[in-house]
Amino acid sequence: MNYIDSNLKVVGTRPIRPDGIDKVTGRAVYSADTRAAGMLWGKILRSPHAHARIISIDTSKAEAVPGVRAVVTAADFPEIASEEAFVGEGPMNFRDLSTNIMARTKVLYEGHALAAVAATTPAAADEALALIDVKYEVLPYVIDVDEAMADGAPVLHDDMFTAGVNPKPSKPSNIAKVVTFKKGDADAGFAQADIIVEGRYTTKPVHQGYIEPHACLATYNPDGQVTIHASSQGHFMIRAYTAKLLGLDMADIRVNPAEIGGGFGGKTLIYLEPVAVALSRKSGKPVKMQMTREDVFRGSGPTSGASMDIKIGAKKDGTIVAAKQVLRFQAGAFAGSPIGPGCMCGFALYDIENVDVLGYDVVSNRPKVAAYRAPGAPITSFAVESALDDLADKLGIDPLELRIKNAAKNGTKTHYGVTHANIGFEQVLAVTKAHPHWTSPVAPGNGRGIAMGFWFNIGGESSATVHVNEDGSVTAATGSPDIGGSRASMGMMVAEVLGITVDRVRTTVADTASIGFTFLTGGSRVTFATGMAVTQAAEKVVEDLKRRAAQTWDIPVEAVEWRDGMAYPAGSNAGAFEPLDLAALALKAGRTGGPINAEVSVNAQGAGAGFGAHICDVKVDKETGHVEIVRYTALQDVGKAIHPSYVEGQIQGGAVQGIGWALSEEYIYNAKGQLDNPGFLDYRCPVASDVPMIEAVLVEVPNPRHPFGARGVGEVPIVPPMAAIRNAIKHATGLQLTDLPMSPPKIRAASDAAA
Amino acid sequence: MTSLSYAAPTSVDDAVKLLAGASGLAKVLAGGTDLLVQMRSGRVKPDLIVDTKKIPGLIGIREENGGFVVGASTAGAVVEAHAGMTKAWPGVVEALDLIGSTQVQGRCSLAGNLCNASPAADSVPALYAAAAIAVVVGPKGRREVPVEQIPTGPGRTSLAKDEFILEFKFPPRPARSSDAYLRFIPRTEMDIAVVGCGISVTLDANGVCTAARVSLGAVAPTVLLVKAAADVLVGHTLDADTLAKLDAAAQAACKPISDKRGTIEYRTKIAGVLARRVAAIAFDRAAGKSSGKAH
Amino acid sequence: MARQHVTATINGEETDFLCETQQTLLDTLRDVVGLTGSKEGCASGDCGACSIIMDGRLVCSCLVLGVEAEGSTITTIEGIADGEKLHPIQQKFLEHAALQCGFCTPGLIVATKALLDENPNPTETETRYWLAGNLCRCTGYDKIIRAVMDAAAVMRGETV
Repeated sequence: MNYIDSNLKVVGTRPIRPDGIDKVTGRAVYSADTRAAGMLWGKILRSPHAHARIISIDTSKAEAVPGVRAVVTAADFPEIASEEAFVGEGPMNFRDLSTNIMARTKVLYEGHALAAVAATTPAAADEALALIDVKYEVLPYVIDVDEAMADGAPVLHDDMFTAGVNPKPSKPSNIAKVVTFKKGDADAGFAQADIIVEGRYTTKPVHQGYIEPHACLATYNPDGQVTIHASSQGHFMIRAYTAKLLGLDMADIRVNPAEIGGGFGGKTLIYLEPVAVALSRKSGKPVKMQMTREDVFRGSGPTSGASMDIKIGAKKDGTIVAAKQVLRFQAGAFAGSPIGPGCMCGFALYDIENVDVLGYDVVSNRPKVAAYRAPGAPITSFAVESALDDLADKLGIDPLELRIKNAAKNGTKTHYGVTHANIGFEQVLAVTKAHPHWTSPVAPGNGRGIAMGFWFNIGGESSATVHVNEDGSVTAATGSPDIGGSRASMGMMVAEVLGITVDRVRTTVADTASIGFTFLTGGSRVTFATGMAVTQAAEKVVEDLKRRAAQTWDIPVEAVEWRDGMAYPAGSNAGAFEPLDLAALALKAGRTGGPINAEVSVNAQGAGAGFGAHICDVKVDKETGHVEIVRYTALQDVGKAIHPSYVEGQIQGGAVQGIGWALSEEYIYNAKGQLDNPGFLDYRCPVASDVPMIEAVLVEVPNPRHPFGARGVGEVPIVPPMAAIRNAIKHATGLQLTDLPMSPPKIRAASDAAA
Repeated sequence: MTSLSYAAPTSVDDAVKLLAGASGLAKVLAGGTDLLVQMRSGRVKPDLIVDTKKIPGLIGIREENGGFVVGASTAGAVVEAHAGMTKAWPGVVEALDLIGSTQVQGRCSLAGNLCNASPAADSVPALYAAAAIAVVVGPKGRREVPVEQIPTGPGRTSLAKDEFILEFKFPPRPARSSDAYLRFIPRTEMDIAVVGCGISVTLDANGVCTAARVSLGAVAPTVLLVKAAADVLVGHTLDADTLAKLDAAAQAACKPISDKRGTIEYRTKIAGVLARRVAAIAFDRAAGKSSGKAH
Repeated sequence: MARQHVTATINGEETDFLCETQQTLLDTLRDVVGLTGSKEGCASGDCGACSIIMDGRLVCSCLVLGVEAEGSTITTIEGIADGEKLHPIQQKFLEHAALQCGFCTPGLIVATKALLDENPNPTETETRYWLAGNLCRCTGYDKIIRAVMDAAAVMRGETV
């Protein structure tokens, strides 16, 4: 059923989230918040070297430390054959995942795990780690993507022969694969162009920056059954990968989803759980593991740093006739950067006849890349949206008008083959044009920038159940970890369908043994796909309730209607029966067929793509290079906003992550390839005083493929900020920056050079 | 660390005895905002921690002979709430206030900041500019040491292992005197100073500077007292020529390194920028033209 | 290694516990006393997720040793509500959707309480600078600041 044009009572309002009181009182249980009797503390030994062969690991002294109950290395994990997996939002190989969580023959980045201990106290575990004797043969390392591609660069994997190249190379290199997307004839297009802009753009690796470090509590029982308590963006993923990496059956692993303290894509894969299970198996005790903040920065999955070449050609009237990009993304120590989406997202917003995008997935000695909010798109759009602003300057056309003129519409075919349908980009652009931020004058000395963003959003597999309990109250459960308030939206959709108030629906996140398979909380898919499942489950319950009312009244089911939480006879011909509410029907459930519940699994198709436009005003202190964000507006097509506050929250949060990416966040390496800033002191995320209020403007273009019109919202907002700020700095100072972050020393140096 | 001891003596003598008698590494604990971080990272592995917060006089502010005396372990938040200190030494107070977060302010101390001896410490340039005196206690009794003689290099001080700072004495303020402190950081809060500058001035009735002290942080192995920059100010008003010379003198005094927080070139330029801006605030405050925070 | 016996008043209750000398107050609260509402985000005083109020001052509990708590009065997130009755700060955080994952929320609520105890009428700028030591990665701070300003108004009796 489709409720898009209905008079909605719950969906679209702003109730308090059902898990809210626990979260404001400290009662909510996150990954590190549980204990178990006899619990051991697990800790990981990490490589101090960026690249080295492991000659030997001697754990004997560690094992002798009082309190140590188990020590594991790669020897305790089965060797996994190469097998492609869809890990989070990017491709990864299970063999690589296994080697990433416990190095075998080589360490490939500083922070690479190679051993772990479990002991009765954290201090004993630390003492044991210090006594593990590892003999390394230190090798030359390479981190920068261009350096990793160059001839003579140290090669990480001697079995890496670039895929996507014909003929296949005879020598191994650090280029895992090459991808290419073409539409039309870019060279011919450029020949037609009146104005061409070209540029080279570079970015540094940045981290998702979730405040909760990875942690888990794992118990391997003597009967071979495993329980894991952990937060993640997918407890079914934890189960699957732990099973795979340890050679266990999935049915023997039960994962309880803890509350999660942020993920942004970085928790769509695992690091600790198989290690904790292995330690538990060896020691016979529950094992708790927790990454330190330094471990998180060194040993989890920051996104790619990149170098990009871009060329865009347009006619005098602003029609873009050709666009070309070459993208080189860091994958980290193993193949699998978001080069695919990176190649697709930059030009996806525009109707361009001739497009040529080439992308390189390049390994280097830094942690394996994990997904980070719209993986690949923020990086590519930094180049595209900056170049478009420069193009607008050269053409003498307003940058927003340039986007309007070339905007993709329903029916526009992208350069990666998909045809846009049910998109709302034009609407976003129209709202942007009329918005007071855009129409207001720029304060003297300040600069204003604008940039756009796109993300596909995904659907996929989700399961949900709705139960009407014996007293008529309702429990709804899904398999989607709640990372940003989705429980509230699930409950709201169920309440809407059932016609009751949202406070009568209790929503929970069920563990892997208690609900059907559910894919990750990521890809901006939960409100869409899990929402679809829970809506369908509620609809099934309504049909069931109508059937039971019909049975109770002994009338045909077609003569029953469901309204405002009650069954009514449909019209006076059906009979003069008093309506039956949930409590009344539940009371008689035993006589009308048994328990009242429905479980639905979907493989949701038709996820609606998202488009956003960000406007930013900055003030630049030319002497110091400091940039102040004076005003920020983020406009986005969000489909139907189920709970508008949480939709606004996604937009504001993504925008501020983008502000950090633009101005202050970066991985800084020393001369040995070691991370110089593995902490929140020198890895500089925006603090409250760094940003103004972020005005989030919700443009609601319903996605007809979702019962309520929802489309994914969480990822688009991180795509535009870097270019919006870069363009604003340009309009304030004249400086055309092309390297992230646009930190004060760079701005001061560019200022001095320009003078 | 398995044999770490902790003591919270209630007199100076007891504290000195503990420090003198320690067989391993003994560290003084005031606010703990440096020590605990260094213990966790393994940079410092003490055998004994001597907590000075229970010694009378270590926490608190009093007036003596026309000047303020601040207990060495007094938390930043306490100093900032003190009306007298804020009025006489707005630069010292704002510098101290910049250390870390509000949470850090609840614990951090002037003595800790000074004796941690980071060249980028925020309160230290302001302390130097103020010509504060550290009252050092040890087995031989007490001695008074100008604060600029305490740090000797990154992480090193001139104190003996059985000495610690009891309190800081601030000189009485002549009329038309004030100070200011600014630092440059990439964000708006929470960063370690890329450059810091503290300046204290006394002016005559015509706005001409009669006394000045200029101090720069994060541009050398220790915080610097830059006499050449102070000499630029004395005898002058803060006109364009003086500002230019001040900028140059500040830059000339820099011996910075390039690290994850700043390059040599950038730090040097910013030292000049900050010196000009801090001098402007200090002069304005001394002339009674403004009061309150610089930021 | 001998543990130290410490007595402190935590959330209004006299509490005693044993802790190791090098254990931080954060680890002690979480692992010994059982109050897991204060969180470890960095253990180095840079994120504020461990914020508590100790002897009337906002501090990072990861920067205090457990043994230093002897004789002190401590308020953690678990002590902000009055039994079942939420504090206006907690209520406004919920109404304004000022939390998404909720991990930074305990520290932020405690920090906000300390702010409003000291300054019942903070400006937006004062609020942002006071809370600069509390990192939030999910919300972009906008709704948090609105919740704080609204809670302040409630506490001044200007609104509900």
